[in-house]
Amino acid sequence: MSGEIAIIGVGMHPWGKWGRNFAEYGVAAAQAAIRDAGIHWRDVRFISGGGTVRNGYPGYVAGATIAQALGWQGAEVNTSYAACASGSQALAAARTKILSGDCEVALVVGADTTPKGFLAPAKGERPDDPDWVRFRVGITNPTYFALYARRRMEIYGDTQDDFALVKVKNAEHGFTNEYARYRKKFTAEDVAASAMVADPLRLMDVCATSDGGAALIVCSLDYAKKIGKGDAVRIAAISTVTPSFPSALVEMPDLATDSAVAAAPLSFRSALPTKAYEQAGVDPKDVSVAEVYDLSTALELDWIEDCGLCARGEAAALTRSGATRIGGRIPVNPSGGLACFGEAVPAQALAQVCELTWQLRGQAGSRQVEGAKVGITANQGLFGHGSSVIVVR
Amino acid sequence: MSAGAAQATVPVLDGWFTTAGAAPHLIGTRCSGCGTYYFPKLETFCRNPDCESSQFETVELSRTGKVWSFTNACYKPPEPYIAAEPFVPYTIAAVELEREKMVVLGQVVEGVGVESLKAGMEMELVLETIPDATLPEGKLTWKWKPVEGAGQ
Ligand SMILES: [Zn+2]
Repeated sequence: MSGEIAIIGVGMHPWGKWGRNFAEYGVAAAQAAIRDAGIHWRDVRFISGGGTVRNGYPGYVAGATIAQALGWQGAEVNTSYAACASGSQALAAARTKILSGDCEVALVVGADTTPKGFLAPAKGERPDDPDWVRFRVGITNPTYFALYARRRMEIYGDTQDDFALVKVKNAEHGFTNEYARYRKKFTAEDVAASAMVADPLRLMDVCATSDGGAALIVCSLDYAKKIGKGDAVRIAAISTVTPSFPSALVEMPDLATDSAVAAAPLSFRSALPTKAYEQAGVDPKDVSVAEVYDLSTALELDWIEDCGLCARGEAAALTRSGATRIGGRIPVNPSGGLACFGEAVPAQALAQVCELTWQLRGQAGSRQVEGAKVGITANQGLFGHGSSVIVVR
Repeated sequence: MSAGAAQATVPVLDGWFTTAGAAPHLIGTRCSGCGTYYFPKLETFCRNPDCESSQFETVELSRTGKVWSFTNACYKPPEPYIAAEPFVPYTIAAVELEREKMVVLGQVVEGVGVESLKAGMEMELVLETIPDATLPEGKLTWKWKPVEGAGQ
Protein backbone atom coordinates (compact mmCIF):
# COMPACT_ATOMS: atom_id res chain seq x y z
CA MET A 1 0.00 0.00 0.00
CA SER A 2 1.02 3.64 -0.47
CA GLY A 3 0.97 4.61 3.18
CA GLU A 4 4.34 3.15 4.11
CA ILE A 5 7.24 4.88 5.85
CA ALA A 6 10.78 3.59 6.43
CA ILE A 7 12.54 2.78 9.70
CA ILE A 8 16.16 3.87 9.18
CA GLY A 9 17.28 3.94 12.79
CA VAL A 10 16.51 2.06 16.00
CA GLY A 11 18.00 2.38 19.47
CA MET A 12 17.32 1.33 23.04
CA HIS A 13 18.56 1.99 26.55
CA PRO A 14 18.78 -1.22 28.59
CA TRP A 15 15.73 -2.03 30.72
CA GLY A 16 16.32 -2.20 34.47
CA LYS A 17 15.59 -0.45 37.71
CA TRP A 18 18.07 2.38 37.32
CA GLY A 19 16.18 5.07 39.24
CA ARG A 20 17.32 7.94 37.03
CA ASN A 21 15.31 10.60 35.17
CA PHE A 22 13.36 9.15 32.23
CA ALA A 23 14.87 11.69 29.83
CA GLU A 24 18.30 10.06 30.29
CA TYR A 25 17.02 6.77 28.86
CA GLY A 26 15.17 8.59 26.10
CA VAL A 27 18.24 10.55 25.07
CA ALA A 28 20.46 7.45 25.09
CA ALA A 29 17.93 5.56 22.93
CA ALA A 30 17.46 8.53 20.58
CA GLN A 31 21.19 9.04 20.12
CA ALA A 32 21.62 5.34 19.36
CA ALA A 33 18.80 5.52 16.78
CA ILE A 34 20.29 8.66 15.17
CA ARG A 35 23.70 6.96 14.93
CA ASP A 36 22.06 3.84 13.52
CA ALA A 37 20.34 5.96 10.86
CA GLY A 38 23.58 7.72 9.99
CA ILE A 39 21.93 11.14 10.01
CA HIS A 40 22.53 14.35 11.98
CA TRP A 41 20.26 15.32 14.86
CA ARG A 42 19.43 18.52 12.99
CA ASP A 43 18.01 16.43 10.12
CA VAL A 44 15.18 15.37 12.44
CA ARG A 45 12.29 17.80 11.87
CA PHE A 46 9.63 16.18 14.08
CA ILE A 47 9.98 14.69 17.53
CA SER A 48 7.15 12.46 18.71
CA GLY A 49 7.26 11.19 22.28
CA GLY A 50 5.22 8.58 24.14
CA GLY A 51 4.13 10.16 27.43
CA THR A 52 3.13 8.90 30.84
CA VAL A 53 0.50 10.28 33.19
CA ARG A 54 1.11 9.06 36.69
CA ASN A 55 -1.29 9.57 39.58
CA GLY A 56 -2.83 12.47 37.70
CA TYR A 57 0.51 14.19 37.12
CA PRO A 58 1.21 14.76 33.41
CA GLY A 59 4.87 15.51 34.10
CA TYR A 60 6.35 13.15 31.58
CA VAL A 61 6.12 15.48 28.58
CA ALA A 62 8.34 13.18 26.62
CA GLY A 63 8.62 14.87 23.23
CA ALA A 64 9.67 18.30 24.46
CA THR A 65 11.76 17.12 27.41
CA ILE A 66 13.82 14.74 25.31
CA ALA A 67 14.11 17.27 22.44
CA GLN A 68 15.50 19.83 24.87
CA ALA A 69 17.95 17.31 26.31
CA LEU A 70 19.17 16.50 22.80
CA GLY A 71 19.49 20.24 22.13
CA TRP A 72 16.62 22.47 20.92
CA GLN A 73 16.99 22.81 17.17
CA GLY A 74 13.58 24.18 16.19
CA ALA A 75 11.91 20.95 15.04
CA GLU A 76 8.18 20.44 15.64
CA VAL A 77 7.22 18.38 18.65
CA ASN A 78 4.42 16.16 19.93
CA THR A 79 3.66 13.98 22.95
CA SER A 80 1.09 11.17 22.82
CA TYR A 81 -0.50 9.51 25.81
CA ALA A 82 -2.24 6.19 25.20
CA ALA A 83 -1.20 3.97 28.13
CA CYS A 84 0.66 0.89 26.79
CA ALA A 85 0.04 2.08 23.22
CA SER A 86 1.64 5.51 23.78
CA GLY A 87 4.67 4.61 21.65
CA SER A 88 2.48 3.43 18.77
CA GLN A 89 0.38 6.58 18.86
CA ALA A 90 3.54 8.67 18.83
CA LEU A 91 4.64 6.60 15.82
CA ALA A 92 1.26 7.12 14.14
CA ALA A 93 1.63 10.89 14.61
CA ALA A 94 5.04 10.75 12.92
CA ARG A 95 3.65 8.66 10.06
CA THR A 96 0.87 11.18 9.43
CA LYS A 97 3.36 14.04 9.42
CA ILE A 98 5.64 12.23 6.97
CA LEU A 99 2.89 10.98 4.65
CA SER A 100 1.35 14.45 4.49
CA GLY A 101 4.68 15.70 3.19
CA ASP A 102 5.09 18.02 6.16
CA CYS A 103 8.41 16.50 7.19
CA GLU A 104 10.83 13.87 5.91
CA VAL A 105 12.51 12.57 9.05
CA ALA A 106 11.07 12.06 12.52
CA LEU A 107 12.32 10.78 15.87
CA VAL A 108 9.84 8.66 17.82
CA VAL A 109 10.88 8.06 21.40
CA GLY A 110 9.48 6.65 24.64
CA ALA A 111 11.13 6.30 28.04
CA ASP A 112 10.00 5.61 31.57
CA THR A 113 11.17 5.66 35.15
CA THR A 114 8.88 3.54 37.31
CA PRO A 115 8.10 4.73 40.82
CA LYS A 116 9.08 2.59 43.78
CA GLY A 117 6.54 0.27 45.40
CA PHE A 118 2.87 -0.39 44.62
CA LEU A 119 0.97 1.67 42.10
CA ALA A 120 -1.90 2.49 44.45
CA PRO A 121 -4.79 4.89 43.91
CA ALA A 122 -4.80 8.29 45.60
CA LYS A 123 -6.14 8.42 49.19
CA GLY A 124 -9.56 9.46 50.45
CA GLU A 125 -13.11 8.20 49.94
CA ARG A 126 -13.66 8.46 46.16
CA PRO A 127 -16.55 6.22 45.07
CA ASP A 128 -16.79 7.98 41.68
CA ASP A 129 -13.33 6.73 40.67
CA PRO A 130 -13.57 3.17 39.26
CA ASP A 131 -9.96 2.54 40.23
CA TRP A 132 -10.63 3.46 43.86
CA VAL A 133 -13.80 1.37 43.87
CA ARG A 134 -12.24 -1.85 42.64
CA PHE A 135 -9.35 -1.66 45.10
CA ARG A 136 -11.86 -0.99 47.90
CA VAL A 137 -13.63 -4.27 47.14
CA GLY A 138 -10.39 -6.20 46.65
CA ILE A 139 -9.98 -6.40 42.87
CA THR A 140 -6.29 -5.77 42.01
CA ASN A 141 -4.36 -5.78 38.73
CA PRO A 142 -3.38 -9.48 38.80
CA THR A 143 -7.07 -10.35 39.31
CA TYR A 144 -7.87 -9.54 35.68
CA PHE A 145 -4.94 -11.48 34.20
CA ALA A 146 -5.72 -14.43 36.46
CA LEU A 147 -9.38 -14.45 35.38
CA TYR A 148 -8.34 -14.56 31.70
CA ALA A 149 -5.82 -17.33 32.45
CA ARG A 150 -8.32 -19.43 34.41
CA ARG A 151 -10.87 -18.96 31.64
CA ARG A 152 -8.40 -20.58 29.21
CA MET A 153 -7.98 -23.51 31.60
CA GLU A 154 -11.73 -23.94 31.94
CA ILE A 155 -12.58 -23.57 28.24
CA TYR A 156 -9.56 -24.95 26.38
CA GLY A 157 -8.02 -27.21 29.01
CA ASP A 158 -4.78 -25.21 29.25
CA THR A 159 -2.67 -26.03 32.31
CA GLN A 160 -0.33 -24.08 34.57
CA ASP A 161 2.48 -26.11 32.97
CA ASP A 162 1.49 -24.60 29.59
CA PHE A 163 1.77 -21.11 31.08
CA ALA A 164 5.16 -21.97 32.61
CA LEU A 165 6.36 -23.08 29.18
CA VAL A 166 5.82 -19.52 27.90
CA LYS A 167 8.05 -18.17 30.67
CA VAL A 168 10.73 -20.79 30.01
CA LYS A 169 10.68 -20.02 26.27
CA ASN A 170 10.84 -16.24 26.72
CA ALA A 171 13.60 -16.52 29.33
CA GLU A 172 15.58 -18.55 26.83
CA HIS A 173 14.96 -15.99 24.07
CA GLY A 174 15.97 -13.00 26.19
CA PHE A 175 18.98 -14.70 27.75
CA THR A 176 21.47 -13.02 25.40
CA ASN A 177 19.52 -9.79 24.78
CA GLU A 178 21.74 -6.96 26.08
CA TYR A 179 18.69 -4.69 26.52
CA ALA A 180 16.70 -7.17 28.66
CA ARG A 181 16.50 -6.67 32.42
CA TYR A 182 16.20 -10.33 33.42
CA ARG A 183 18.70 -12.58 31.73
CA LYS A 184 18.42 -15.95 33.39
CA LYS A 185 17.23 -19.26 32.00
CA PHE A 186 14.34 -20.38 34.14
CA THR A 187 12.95 -23.90 34.24
CA ALA A 188 9.35 -25.03 34.62
CA GLU A 189 10.33 -26.09 38.15
CA ASP A 190 11.47 -22.52 38.93
CA VAL A 191 8.10 -21.18 37.80
CA ALA A 192 6.19 -23.80 39.78
CA ALA A 193 8.24 -22.99 42.89
CA SER A 194 7.49 -19.25 42.74
CA ALA A 195 4.78 -17.85 44.99
CA MET A 196 1.15 -17.93 43.90
CA VAL A 197 -0.07 -14.35 43.34
CA ALA A 198 -3.54 -14.82 41.90
CA ASP A 199 -4.45 -18.42 41.19
CA PRO A 200 -3.52 -19.80 38.59
CA LEU A 201 -0.78 -17.19 38.11
CA ARG A 202 2.45 -17.31 40.08
CA LEU A 203 5.00 -14.56 40.57
CA MET A 204 6.97 -15.75 37.54
CA ASP A 205 3.87 -15.74 35.34
CA VAL A 206 3.38 -11.98 35.71
CA CYS A 207 5.67 -9.22 34.48
CA ALA A 208 7.37 -6.50 36.51
CA THR A 209 7.62 -2.77 35.77
CA SER A 210 10.95 -1.41 34.56
CA ASP A 211 12.88 1.68 33.56
CA GLY A 212 13.90 1.81 29.91
CA GLY A 213 13.91 3.76 26.68
CA ALA A 214 13.39 3.01 22.99
CA ALA A 215 13.58 5.17 19.87
CA LEU A 216 13.03 4.99 16.13
CA ILE A 217 14.11 7.23 13.29
CA VAL A 218 11.43 7.04 10.61
CA CYS A 219 11.28 8.80 7.25
CA SER A 220 9.60 8.91 3.87
CA LEU A 221 10.48 6.15 1.39
CA ASP A 222 11.94 8.84 -0.88
CA TYR A 223 14.27 10.10 1.84
CA ALA A 224 15.39 6.54 2.64
CA LYS A 225 16.23 6.03 -1.04
CA LYS A 226 18.01 9.38 -1.19
CA ILE A 227 20.42 8.39 1.60
CA GLY A 228 21.01 4.93 0.18
CA LYS A 229 18.63 3.05 2.47
CA GLY A 230 15.99 2.11 -0.10
CA ASP A 231 15.86 -1.42 1.28
CA ALA A 232 15.09 -0.29 4.86
CA VAL A 233 12.46 -2.05 6.95
CA ARG A 234 9.08 -0.38 6.35
CA ILE A 235 6.07 0.23 8.55
CA ALA A 236 3.08 -1.20 6.67
CA ALA A 237 0.44 -0.68 9.35
CA ILE A 238 -0.23 1.02 12.67
CA SER A 239 -3.55 0.12 14.25
CA THR A 240 -4.75 2.02 17.32
CA VAL A 241 -8.48 1.24 17.17
CA THR A 242 -10.70 1.55 20.25
CA PRO A 243 -12.82 -1.33 21.52
CA SER A 244 -16.28 -1.73 19.98
CA PHE A 245 -19.40 -1.75 22.11
CA PRO A 246 -20.21 -4.09 23.74
CA SER A 247 -16.70 -5.19 24.66
CA ALA A 248 -16.62 -8.88 25.52
CA LEU A 249 -14.04 -8.91 28.33
CA VAL A 250 -14.06 -7.37 31.76
CA GLU A 251 -11.16 -4.90 31.67
CA MET A 252 -9.19 -3.11 34.36
CA PRO A 253 -10.47 -1.09 36.24
CA ASP A 254 -14.10 -2.13 35.58
CA LEU A 255 -16.13 -4.43 37.82
CA ALA A 256 -18.42 -5.58 35.01
CA THR A 257 -18.40 -6.07 31.25
CA ASP A 258 -20.62 -4.12 28.91
CA SER A 259 -24.06 -5.69 28.69
CA ALA A 260 -24.50 -7.49 25.36
CA VAL A 261 -28.29 -7.18 25.32
CA ALA A 262 -28.48 -4.82 22.34
CA ALA A 263 -25.62 -6.22 20.22
CA ALA A 264 -23.25 -9.19 20.09
CA PRO A 265 -20.08 -8.88 22.21
CA LEU A 266 -16.84 -8.01 20.37
CA SER A 267 -13.22 -8.77 21.22
CA PHE A 268 -11.00 -5.70 21.57
CA ARG A 269 -7.75 -7.66 21.49
CA SER A 270 -8.46 -9.30 18.15
CA ALA A 271 -9.71 -6.01 16.64
CA LEU A 272 -6.23 -4.48 16.99
CA PRO A 273 -4.27 -6.88 14.72
CA THR A 274 -7.29 -7.33 12.43
CA LYS A 275 -7.17 -3.65 11.54
CA ALA A 276 -3.38 -3.83 11.10
CA TYR A 277 -3.62 -6.79 8.69
CA GLU A 278 -6.29 -4.94 6.72
CA GLN A 279 -4.15 -1.80 6.51
CA ALA A 280 -1.00 -3.68 5.47
CA GLY A 281 -2.77 -6.04 3.09
CA VAL A 282 -1.02 -8.88 4.90
CA ASP A 283 -2.42 -12.28 5.88
CA PRO A 284 -1.63 -13.80 9.30
CA LYS A 285 -0.12 -16.74 7.39
CA ASP A 286 2.56 -14.36 6.04
CA VAL A 287 3.83 -13.38 9.50
CA SER A 288 7.34 -14.62 10.25
CA VAL A 289 7.78 -13.20 13.77
CA ALA A 290 5.60 -11.58 16.45
CA GLU A 291 6.23 -9.43 19.53
CA VAL A 292 3.14 -9.56 21.74
CA TYR A 293 2.34 -8.16 25.19
CA ASP A 294 2.97 -10.96 27.69
CA LEU A 295 1.84 -9.05 30.77
CA SER A 296 1.19 -12.60 31.94
CA THR A 297 2.36 -15.89 30.45
CA ALA A 298 -1.24 -16.90 29.70
CA LEU A 299 -1.87 -13.59 27.95
CA GLU A 300 0.79 -14.45 25.36
CA LEU A 301 -1.39 -17.43 24.41
CA ASP A 302 -4.43 -15.14 24.04
CA TRP A 303 -2.44 -12.78 21.80
CA ILE A 304 -1.17 -15.61 19.58
CA GLU A 305 -4.81 -16.45 18.86
CA ASP A 306 -5.93 -12.82 18.59
CA CYS A 307 -3.19 -12.23 15.99
CA GLY A 308 -4.54 -15.18 14.00
CA LEU A 309 -1.28 -17.13 14.29
CA CYS A 310 -3.30 -20.24 15.19
CA ALA A 311 -6.95 -21.16 15.73
CA ARG A 312 -8.80 -20.14 18.91
CA GLY A 313 -7.86 -22.43 21.79
CA GLU A 314 -4.77 -23.88 20.11
CA ALA A 315 -2.03 -21.56 21.36
CA ALA A 316 -0.99 -23.85 24.21
CA ALA A 317 -0.58 -26.78 21.81
CA LEU A 318 1.34 -24.49 19.42
CA THR A 319 3.65 -23.52 22.27
CA ARG A 320 4.11 -27.15 23.37
CA SER A 321 5.05 -28.07 19.79
CA GLY A 322 7.94 -25.58 19.91
CA ALA A 323 6.53 -23.53 17.01
CA THR A 324 6.74 -20.26 18.97
CA ARG A 325 10.42 -20.70 19.81
CA ILE A 326 13.20 -19.20 17.71
CA GLY A 327 13.72 -21.84 15.03
CA GLY A 328 10.05 -22.81 15.11
CA ARG A 329 7.37 -22.00 12.53
CA ILE A 330 6.26 -18.72 14.10
CA PRO A 331 8.60 -17.40 16.81
CA VAL A 332 6.83 -15.24 19.40
CA ASN A 333 8.69 -12.71 21.55
CA PRO A 334 12.22 -13.43 20.31
CA SER A 335 13.34 -10.39 22.36
CA GLY A 336 12.35 -12.25 25.53
CA GLY A 337 9.15 -10.23 25.82
CA LEU A 338 7.89 -8.56 28.95
CA ALA A 339 8.98 -11.67 30.85
CA CYS A 340 12.59 -10.57 30.35
CA PHE A 341 12.08 -6.82 30.10
CA GLY A 342 9.36 -5.86 32.55
CA GLU A 343 7.06 -3.11 31.36
CA ALA A 344 8.33 0.44 30.70
CA VAL A 345 4.96 1.76 29.53
CA PRO A 346 5.69 4.59 27.05
CA ALA A 347 8.74 2.77 25.64
CA GLN A 348 7.38 -0.75 25.35
CA ALA A 349 5.44 -0.54 22.08
CA LEU A 350 8.52 1.04 20.47
CA ALA A 351 10.82 -1.61 21.93
CA GLN A 352 8.64 -4.19 20.15
CA VAL A 353 9.21 -2.37 16.84
CA CYS A 354 12.98 -2.11 17.52
CA GLU A 355 13.19 -5.87 17.96
CA LEU A 356 11.24 -6.56 14.76
CA THR A 357 13.46 -4.12 12.86
CA TRP A 358 16.60 -5.97 13.99
CA GLN A 359 14.92 -9.26 13.10
CA LEU A 360 13.95 -8.12 9.58
CA ARG A 361 17.41 -6.66 9.00
CA GLY A 362 19.01 -9.93 10.08
CA GLN A 363 20.84 -8.16 12.91
CA ALA A 364 19.36 -10.01 15.89
CA GLY A 365 22.44 -12.13 16.49
CA SER A 366 21.79 -15.27 18.50
CA ARG A 367 18.08 -14.36 18.61
CA GLN A 368 17.79 -14.19 14.83
CA VAL A 369 14.63 -15.61 13.24
CA GLU A 370 15.91 -16.91 9.91
CA GLY A 371 14.44 -15.23 6.85
CA ALA A 372 12.09 -12.90 8.77
CA LYS A 373 10.14 -10.79 6.27
CA VAL A 374 6.94 -9.74 8.06
CA GLY A 375 6.62 -8.90 11.75
CA ILE A 376 3.65 -7.92 13.89
CA THR A 377 3.42 -6.32 17.33
CA ALA A 378 0.39 -6.28 19.60
CA ASN A 379 -0.29 -4.67 22.94
CA GLN A 380 -3.15 -3.45 25.06
CA GLY A 381 -3.35 -1.20 28.08
CA LEU A 382 -5.76 0.82 30.16
CA PHE A 383 -8.70 2.97 29.08
CA GLY A 384 -9.38 1.29 25.73
CA HIS A 385 -5.87 1.89 24.42
CA GLY A 386 -4.02 -0.70 22.39
CA SER A 387 -2.00 -1.03 19.22
CA SER A 388 -0.67 -3.35 16.58
CA VAL A 389 2.13 -2.49 14.16
CA ILE A 390 3.18 -4.45 11.08
CA VAL A 391 6.69 -4.09 9.67
CA VAL A 392 7.84 -5.59 6.37
CA ARG A 393 10.97 -5.87 4.30
CA MET B 1 -15.89 -11.69 60.86
CA SER B 2 -18.27 -9.46 62.69
CA ALA B 3 -18.25 -11.42 65.91
CA GLY B 4 -19.43 -9.44 68.93
CA ALA B 5 -22.26 -7.03 69.45
CA ALA B 6 -22.29 -4.67 66.48
CA GLN B 7 -23.37 -5.99 63.07
CA ALA B 8 -22.26 -4.18 59.94
CA THR B 9 -25.14 -2.27 58.37
CA VAL B 10 -23.38 0.37 56.28
CA PRO B 11 -22.70 -0.56 52.63
CA VAL B 12 -19.13 -0.16 51.41
CA LEU B 13 -20.51 1.70 48.39
CA ASP B 14 -23.69 3.71 48.76
CA GLY B 15 -26.47 2.72 46.36
CA TRP B 16 -24.59 -0.12 44.66
CA PHE B 17 -26.74 -2.91 46.16
CA THR B 18 -29.87 -3.45 48.23
CA THR B 19 -29.35 -4.11 51.92
CA ALA B 20 -32.90 -4.84 53.12
CA GLY B 21 -34.27 -8.37 53.07
CA ALA B 22 -32.70 -11.77 52.71
CA ALA B 23 -32.21 -11.68 48.91
CA PRO B 24 -29.91 -8.78 48.02
CA HIS B 25 -29.50 -7.42 44.49
CA LEU B 26 -26.90 -5.28 42.79
CA ILE B 27 -28.45 -2.02 41.63
CA GLY B 28 -27.88 -0.99 38.04
CA THR B 29 -29.64 0.94 35.34
CA ARG B 30 -31.25 -0.05 32.05
CA CYS B 31 -31.34 2.12 28.95
CA SER B 32 -34.93 2.93 27.96
CA GLY B 33 -33.87 3.09 24.30
CA CYS B 34 -31.95 -0.14 23.62
CA GLY B 35 -32.34 -2.16 26.82
CA THR B 36 -28.62 -2.24 27.67
CA TYR B 37 -27.88 -2.77 31.37
CA TYR B 38 -25.23 -0.86 33.28
CA PHE B 39 -23.39 -1.73 36.47
CA PRO B 40 -22.43 0.47 38.16
CA LYS B 41 -25.38 2.75 37.38
CA LEU B 42 -25.10 4.93 34.28
CA GLU B 43 -27.59 7.78 34.02
CA THR B 44 -26.08 10.18 31.48
CA PHE B 45 -25.71 8.90 27.89
CA CYS B 46 -26.09 5.35 26.62
CA ARG B 47 -22.75 3.87 25.49
CA ASN B 48 -24.29 1.91 22.62
CA PRO B 49 -23.03 3.80 19.52
CA ASP B 50 -26.36 3.12 17.78
CA CYS B 51 -28.50 4.43 20.65
CA GLU B 52 -29.10 8.09 21.39
CA SER B 53 -31.07 7.60 24.58
CA SER B 54 -30.34 9.43 27.79
CA GLN B 55 -33.29 7.88 29.65
CA PHE B 56 -32.52 5.18 32.19
CA GLU B 57 -34.51 3.24 34.74
CA THR B 58 -32.97 1.95 37.93
CA VAL B 59 -33.14 -1.85 38.07
CA GLU B 60 -32.17 -4.67 40.40
CA LEU B 61 -29.79 -7.01 38.54
CA SER B 62 -30.32 -10.78 38.53
CA ARG B 63 -29.02 -12.17 41.80
CA THR B 64 -27.94 -15.48 40.33
CA GLY B 65 -25.61 -16.32 37.46
CA LYS B 66 -22.97 -18.73 36.24
CA VAL B 67 -19.23 -18.65 36.92
CA TRP B 68 -17.32 -17.26 33.91
CA SER B 69 -13.95 -17.46 35.62
CA PHE B 70 -12.38 -17.21 39.07
CA THR B 71 -9.17 -16.49 40.94
CA ASN B 72 -7.99 -15.40 44.37
CA ALA B 73 -5.88 -12.76 46.06
CA CYS B 74 -2.89 -14.34 47.79
CA TYR B 75 -1.42 -11.01 48.91
CA LYS B 76 -3.01 -8.13 50.78
CA PRO B 77 -4.08 -5.48 48.26
CA PRO B 78 -2.98 -1.86 48.80
CA GLU B 79 -5.38 0.71 50.30
CA PRO B 80 -8.19 1.59 50.01
CA TYR B 81 -8.61 -2.17 50.62
CA ILE B 82 -8.75 -2.78 54.35
CA ALA B 83 -7.75 -6.26 55.50
CA ALA B 84 -7.95 -8.01 58.82
CA GLU B 85 -4.61 -9.00 60.36
CA PRO B 86 -3.25 -11.50 59.66
CA PHE B 87 -4.33 -11.33 56.02
CA VAL B 88 -6.45 -14.25 54.85
CA PRO B 89 -6.48 -14.85 51.07
CA TYR B 90 -9.93 -14.51 49.50
CA THR B 91 -11.49 -15.92 46.36
CA ILE B 92 -12.87 -13.82 43.49
CA ALA B 93 -15.41 -14.84 40.86
CA ALA B 94 -16.54 -13.34 37.56
CA VAL B 95 -20.19 -14.29 37.21
CA GLU B 96 -22.21 -14.16 33.99
CA LEU B 97 -25.78 -12.86 34.34
CA GLU B 98 -28.03 -14.40 31.72
CA ARG B 99 -30.71 -11.74 31.37
CA GLU B 100 -28.27 -8.82 31.47
CA LYS B 101 -25.68 -10.61 29.28
CA MET B 102 -22.90 -9.19 31.39
CA VAL B 103 -20.16 -10.48 33.69
CA VAL B 104 -19.88 -9.02 37.19
CA LEU B 105 -16.86 -9.40 39.49
CA GLY B 106 -17.00 -9.86 43.23
CA GLN B 107 -15.37 -11.62 46.11
CA VAL B 108 -16.58 -15.11 46.93
CA VAL B 109 -17.91 -15.76 50.44
CA GLU B 110 -15.40 -16.70 53.12
CA GLY B 111 -14.46 -20.35 53.31
CA VAL B 112 -14.86 -21.09 49.58
CA GLY B 113 -11.55 -21.60 47.77
CA VAL B 114 -10.75 -21.75 44.06
CA GLU B 115 -10.64 -25.54 44.25
CA SER B 116 -14.40 -25.66 44.80
CA LEU B 117 -15.28 -23.49 41.77
CA LYS B 118 -15.80 -24.37 38.11
CA ALA B 119 -16.88 -22.44 35.04
CA GLY B 120 -20.63 -22.68 34.58
CA MET B 121 -21.33 -23.22 38.28
CA GLU B 122 -24.46 -21.51 39.63
CA MET B 123 -23.78 -18.63 42.03
CA GLU B 124 -25.98 -16.30 44.04
CA LEU B 125 -25.41 -12.83 45.40
CA VAL B 126 -25.14 -12.41 49.18
CA LEU B 127 -23.87 -9.72 51.53
CA GLU B 128 -20.87 -10.20 53.79
CA THR B 129 -18.86 -7.92 56.04
CA ILE B 130 -15.44 -6.59 55.11
CA PRO B 131 -13.17 -4.59 57.41
CA ASP B 132 -13.35 -0.81 57.34
CA ALA B 133 -10.91 1.89 58.38
CA THR B 134 -13.39 3.79 60.58
CA LEU B 135 -16.22 1.43 61.50
CA PRO B 136 -15.01 -1.32 63.86
CA GLU B 137 -17.94 -3.56 62.87
CA GLY B 138 -16.93 -3.27 59.18
CA LYS B 139 -19.07 -2.56 56.14
CA LEU B 140 -21.30 -4.65 53.93
CA THR B 141 -20.24 -5.70 50.45
CA TRP B 142 -21.64 -8.01 47.77
CA LYS B 143 -20.14 -11.44 47.38
CA TRP B 144 -20.81 -14.49 45.23
CA LYS B 145 -21.77 -17.74 46.89
CA PRO B 146 -22.14 -21.18 45.27
CA VAL B 147 -25.81 -22.13 45.11
CA GLU B 148 -26.59 -25.10 47.37
CA GLY B 149 -25.82 -28.32 45.50
CA ALA B 150 -23.92 -26.57 42.67
CA GLY B 151 -20.64 -28.08 41.52
CA GLN B 152 -21.49 -31.53 42.84
ZN1 LIG C 1 -29.26 2.59 24.79
